[in-house]
Amino acid sequence: MAKGILGTKIGMTQIFDEAGKLVPVTIVRCEPNVVLQKKTVETDGYEAVQLGYKDQRVSLANKPKLGHFAKSNTKPKRYVKEIAGQELGNFEVGQEIKVNIFEAGEPIDVTGTSKGKGFQGVIKRHNQSRGPMTHGSRYHRGPGSMGPIDPNHVRKGKNLPGQMGNETVTIQNLEIVKVDLERDLLLIKGNVPGPRRGLVMVRRAVKAEAIPPLDPAQYVTTQNTSSEEPVE
Amino acid sequence: MSQHLISDVTQAYLRDDLPEFQPGDNVKVSVKIKEGARERIQVFEGLVIKRQGGGVSETFTVRKVSYGVGVERTFPVHTPSIASIQVVRRGKVRRAKLHYIRGLSAKASRIKERR
Repeated sequence: MAKGILGTKIGMTQIFDEAGKLVPVTIVRCEPNVVLQKKTVETDGYEAVQLGYKDQRVSLANKPKLGHFAKSNTKPKRYVKEIAGQELGNFEVGQEIKVNIFEAGEPIDVTGTSKGKGFQGVIKRHNQSRGPMTHGSRYHRGPGSMGPIDPNHVRKGKNLPGQMGNETVTIQNLEIVKVDLERDLLLIKGNVPGPRRGLVMVRRAVKAEAIPPLDPAQYVTTQNTSSEEPVE
Repeated sequence: MSQHLISDVTQAYLRDDLPEFQPGDNVKVSVKIKEGARERIQVFEGLVIKRQGGGVSETFTVRKVSYGVGVERTFPVHTPSIASIQVVRRGKVRRAKLHYIRGLSAKASRIKERR
């Protein structure tokens, strides 16, 4: 499907483009991701790479985890996610993926967990309108009609109060404004789901044209700098 | 740590070649305007009625009265499309936002000079 990287949302700011216009950007910090495992059609039935992001204390990982991380010769990682597709398939287990797999102007999709709003009514959750508060209306912030009486049940999909937010959200076709390899930063035009310090996954847009698998030699400068000594 | 990173990123966009000015001052702002391929400079002269925001996002608003109509223009302080700012006169005012000036006649809206 796509090439991608895991990162942390840092926050929003503005920068100037070449024309002198202010562009709103979200800063996402992607410290180098490590390829932990490669899934192939022969062994797993599909193609993907498993990425690990952000070091974790060794004491927090259990034995099966330690064994898994030892295979790629890295420290335990807090977040482990798969990126489907063969674009990253040429990377070997243990190699690092950095922000320079992206370039400025590239279309991307960003996935994250949205901010939780708790149990909300239909006005906030589904943008419904409110009834009159006065003049004896007796209908203020309710969900409205439950639908026709004929089916003798409420039809599926009726907008009702419930949990809002704290769900996985993908925003498609965002644009990368700048790639900062020194600080491991991606500057993305517009907003990105989730709170500050939340985990986000940045992938090439599914609606953009496909790209051939990347050549790791162009993107890997040093191999596995994050772990000098192997775990265990 | 995150605020620190954000200010690091925006540091490169901040301009330090512009003079200090504050609300109450009269300034001449030279704005670069692109017309197709060529670029020219237009001057907007007036009273600074406010500065707003901070860091790279800071803006200021200049007000002038043009043919009897009040015109206000807001610029980002650090935008590269400002060629230069010249402070014509420094004014003595007692508040940060001079919105009250809008309702005043030309005579009443005079501001004392700061020396």
